[in-house]
Amino acid sequence: MVAGWFAGDGEDFRLIGTRCSACTSVFFPREDGSCRNPGCPGGELEEVALSRRGRVWSFTDSRYRPPSPYVTNPELPWEPYTLIAVELESERLVVLGQAAPGVTVADLTVGMEVEVVPGVLHEDAETTWTTWQWRPTGVTE
Amino acid sequence: MTDDVAVLGAGMHPWGKWGRNFVEYGVAAARAALADAGLEWRDIGSIVGADTVRGGYPGYVAGATFAKALGWQGARVASVYAACASGAQAVNTARAQILSGLADVVLVVGADAAPKGFFRPAGGDRPDDPDWLRFRVLGATNPTYFGLYARRRMAVHGDTPEDFAQVKVKNSALGALNPNARYRKAVTADEVAASAVVADPLRLLDICATSDGGAALVLSGMDFARRHGVADPVRIRAVSTVTPRYPNTVLDLPDIATDSAAAVQPAAETFRESIARAAYEEAGVGPEDLSFAEVYDLSTALELQWYEDLGLCGEGEAAKLLREGTTALGGRIPVNASGGLASFGEAVPAQAIAQVCELTWQLRGAAGDRQVAGARVGIAANQGLFGHGSAVVAVR
Ligand SMILES: [Zn+2]
Repeated sequence: MVAGWFAGDGEDFRLIGTRCSACTSVFFPREDGSCRNPGCPGGELEEVALSRRGRVWSFTDSRYRPPSPYVTNPELPWEPYTLIAVELESERLVVLGQAAPGVTVADLTVGMEVEVVPGVLHEDAETTWTTWQWRPTGVTE
Repeated sequence: MTDDVAVLGAGMHPWGKWGRNFVEYGVAAARAALADAGLEWRDIGSIVGADTVRGGYPGYVAGATFAKALGWQGARVASVYAACASGAQAVNTARAQILSGLADVVLVVGADAAPKGFFRPAGGDRPDDPDWLRFRVLGATNPTYFGLYARRRMAVHGDTPEDFAQVKVKNSALGALNPNARYRKAVTADEVAASAVVADPLRLLDICATSDGGAALVLSGMDFARRHGVADPVRIRAVSTVTPRYPNTVLDLPDIATDSAAAVQPAAETFRESIARAAYEEAGVGPEDLSFAEVYDLSTALELQWYEDLGLCGEGEAAKLLREGTTALGGRIPVNASGGLASFGEAVPAQAIAQVCELTWQLRGAAGDRQVAGARVGIAANQGLFGHGSAVVAVR
């Protein structure tokens, strides 16, 4: 569904972005067209793995079932999930993602350290759609 | 030579869930604006429609759709889409035509029949579309974004859910005084607190609903206004339509991530701040000159953010401004005297036009029970998805 946004297993799982060879700007989701820095002469966009850990910029949850194209089973009761916006220090960008299953807003504070982990967005009989998720590391600021 | 544009007429179709076609709302608003201006539709040299994308072809070609419904009369036509800023861009298109001499008098119309519940992207599998992706990959609805901003304000500035609720209390009390508002009942803080959480920390009554509605304006050059016998009209002095500057470091709809600031230092001002600054510079006024403001309170917390972005107070001081009553009717700078989106709900292409209708009525002293005493300068501010800035300054 989103080819090349993440890669690796277990400890090696990473979000994948691109970096401009001319100005070093980093893009996530990956920018494969041309560098979006208006002051850049334009360089090659090279694949780069983003930092594994970052700090919570903000968070919220979704108490009501989101509309399509989010895929849910209307037969099952709605289970809210948590969304976390995470600031990556070295890339100086904020990436939004779902929290790992079981992580609620009560478990989170702004500034808390989280790490990216592989997760499952949705699965049916034929396909498992994988994604990235954020999970607290237990380290607080 | 003045760059002012006269507002000769303003009109609305009341907001609500009426279950009819958006064209009906637009035509009703247009007729009301024409009547207010004392002009016939046949007198109009140009029509600009703010697009709704949920109406299929007729929505995408709103200008022509309204022109046909009003009766083809050969007017110049344009249709514009800029998400929530569509109405402001329609006003700006009309203004550009007037100031360039392409048209003497222009009708601007926006109307929508919004879907129930969450807004959602257009149909089909479109993984190259950021709006489709944020729903498909994250389930990130508009309220979840509002929740992120609200939580961030709580963490950084110490705002509380009780502060957010007070925005609703203020706006609903004003909406109760506005015959065009959908919700005309004052809401208490307890009622906000008792409503269901939608996106932590925001509750149902912190978030604006989706609505049907329409709004229209008749705009002209100052010479036309004088010839028409209007010596001292409400004037539009500035329309801000800026885009963000790279790197845009505030997470925003519909994006999943911000730009990186690793290579380029971000500007000192945020995108929303730059929207207001551009309008102030063009109008030659500052926040200290404002009599009142209309802002997009898509959520209660977002209204507080606008206080700071408009320069009504310093960063982090918005809740204090609210608590002191400064932004209530009777305060130094009333915000959303119309009742805001809290009382209207979203009818996307109409709402920025509706804001200018409110500026007009307030500056004419014709706002009835919700009148801001001595209103001379007003600003309307909003932000459209995909990087559309929008602010209008009107004066009397
Ligand atoms: Zn570059």
